[in-house]
Formats: sequence, structure tokens, C-alpha cells
Amino acid sequence: MADARPNRPTARPLSPHLSIYRFTWTMAMSIVHRATGMALYAATPLLAVWLWAVAAGADTYDAFAGLAASWFGILVLIGLSWALIHHAIGGVRHIVWDTGTGVDRASRFLWAKATLAGSVVLTAVFWLFILAGGL
Amino acid sequence: MAEFTLPKNSRVQQGKFWPMPKGDRLTEFRVYRWNPDDGENPRIDTYFVDREHCGPMILDGLIYIKNEIDPTLTFRRSCREGICGSCSMNINGANTLACTKGMDDVGDSVIRVYPLPHMAVVKDLVPDMSTFYQQHALIEPYLKTETAPPQKEWKQSPEDRDKLDGLYECILCACCSTACPSYWWNPEKYLGPAALLQSYRWMIDSRDEGLAERLDTLEDPFRLYRCHTIMNCANVCPKGLNPAAAIIEIKKLMQEREV
Repeated sequence: MADARPNRPTARPLSPHLSIYRFTWTMAMSIVHRATGMALYAATPLLAVWLWAVAAGADTYDAFAGLAASWFGILVLIGLSWALIHHAIGGVRHIVWDTGTGVDRASRFLWAKATLAGSVVLTAVFWLFILAGGL
Repeated sequence: MAEFTLPKNSRVQQGKFWPMPKGDRLTEFRVYRWNPDDGENPRIDTYFVDREHCGPMILDGLIYIKNEIDPTLTFRRSCREGICGSCSMNINGANTLACTKGMDDVGDSVIRVYPLPHMAVVKDLVPDMSTFYQQHALIEPYLKTETAPPQKEWKQSPEDRDKLDGLYECILCACCSTACPSYWWNPEKYLGPAALLQSYRWMIDSRDEGLAERLDTLEDPFRLYRCHTIMNCANVCPKGLNPAAAIIEIKKLMQEREV
């Protein structure tokens, strides 16, 4: 369409989106699913470092194990285990949704909340088991 | 691509405080304003609505402001009963129709009104809907047939007609599409929940014979498959429809065709 006002002073602004949009459970869990996926991707080299430490001999491995058992190492491991569990439950949620079930209002909010609750509970159980000497 | 911040010309500034009307029951409105003619950035103006002289809906409040306080406030409205889809806007963080949302139902004492999110603004609360309508045209929202037309009308059993419930009620208000982050980041490539729900409405119409073509139109990395089941569409639809569920059904039809 031709512009009726050739000297239009400004281009049309873009209306606000993320900054004004109210969060919903399904939206938040979608974002967390992506964030945990990216965190797991970024943390995968740690596995390679671990294997490398095994191959490099007892001294290197002890240093690595010491670092992993420090409070910071434990914190990272707790975070990664939670990310893995959360991402796995989120994956199951998406598979169920992809079949067309659980998408009505009540079910989708239940699924979204259960993803978070389930991941926190399972991570807690997992670490209580480890700290109790079970592993 | 996803750009999380607004461009420079779109950043919102503090606006005017308009004089309070007399009255004991006042409700505060903070409304997004942008005037194409003054060269300024968008701003948020504050108004007070006298509830004794105003209907209960958000749209009533906006009409009160336009009539009594500031006649330059610009917004679309027509039917005032949730069937024309004109007054869709973002109210306290969620897209909805201003005419069917009560002032007392937003869960806050202050009412914040913005245009539909991530759209080019024409003026104030009026977004440019051209792309949205083009996307609707692309999915060919009409009966496509190959067999010769019958003597009278195309017939449909009541059971087949029932399949259209929850789909045909869409009023194209764009609340769903402009609530969708995938649509925000790919507004020209991803068709968005409204167009896809409409596409599914014709796919499962027993009288329609264009299913294969309709699926071909959507066979694209963006048009259909940018839906990541975020569900904002279904959460906000003012008619209570579920575009996310319709999109899932289209993906299933795609799969069934492949195997």
C-alpha cells in the first residue's frame, strides 16, 4: 500500500512482548526444558574430562575426584543431575502431548507442575541415597 | 531469530498522568500510547475511570477514557460481545478481548493495557494485522473439492459436523498467535496457532477433498513445525479453543501420511 504520508517521522514500533507477558506454567516449563537441554549439552565435556582423568593415572584421577567431591563440585553435580532428570521428565511430557492426550486446560497445567515437582523430588531422593552411602 | 529486547524506537517511556474524574470508585488504567505523527517513542499514560459511570468490562473503561478524558486514544472495537474479535489486546500480561474481560477479573487493582505483543503498532492499541491475515489466506480457508458439485448442497452427517466443534468458533482475534513465543521469533515463517487451527478445521471437514494439498502447504521446517507445544495459545484463547491440540492433530496427519 502506498504511504499517504511520505514524510512519516518514525517507523512503526514493535509492541512489547517478553517484558509484559505474564508467565504461565506451561510457558515456564517450556523455557526450563530448553535451558536444561542447553546446560546438559554444555556440561557433556565434563564426562570426557572424567574419562581422561581415569586414563591419565591415579594422581590426576585423585585430583579430579577431589574437585568433584568439593562443595562446589557437589553443587555442580546436583545441578546437572536435576537438569538431566527435569529434561527427561519434560521429554516424557512432550511425547505424551504429541499423542494428543493431556492437552486440556487442567491436564496441561498438572503436567507442567508435575514436571517440576517430580524433578525436584527425584533429585532429592537420588542425592539422599548417595549421601547415605548407597552408591 | 529470537530478539529478547525491543528496538530503540519501540522502548516504552513514562507518559502523562491524566486528571482524575470526581467519584469514590476510581480504577486506574495504564495504557500503551504511540502516535505516528509526533516522532516520539511509545509511552504509558495513566487514566482513572469512574466506575459509577462506566460499564464493568475493560472495553467499557477504554470507551469511558475516549469519551470523557482523552479522545485521541485509539483502539479497535465493534460488537462488544466477544464475537467480532476486534478488541483483542494484552491486558495485565495476557492476551484477551477487552469486551469480555471484566475490570474486576484481572487480579490486580491497576489495569495495564498494551497492544497484542510483538506486532508493528499502527497507533496506540491498534496493531498491523496484514501478515496475520496473509497467513490465514495461505491456508485456503474454504471448501476445496474435486468431484462435481451436487444438485443441491454438500451434505454432512451430524457426526461429521460435530468434528468441527471447538474449531469453527475461531473469530481470528489473534490472541493466540501473538501469545506464542515461536510466532514472536518467526512471525513471517511460522504460520502461528490461529492459521493452523483454521487449516485443521478444513482438513477434517468431511466435505473437503483438499487434504493432501493442505498438508503439502504445511510441509516446511517453519510453517507448522515451529510449534513447540508451549501452549500459550490454548491458555489465552478467549473462545476457549485449543489451537495447540489442533496443531498436534495436524502433525499426526503428517505422520500418518508418511507411514
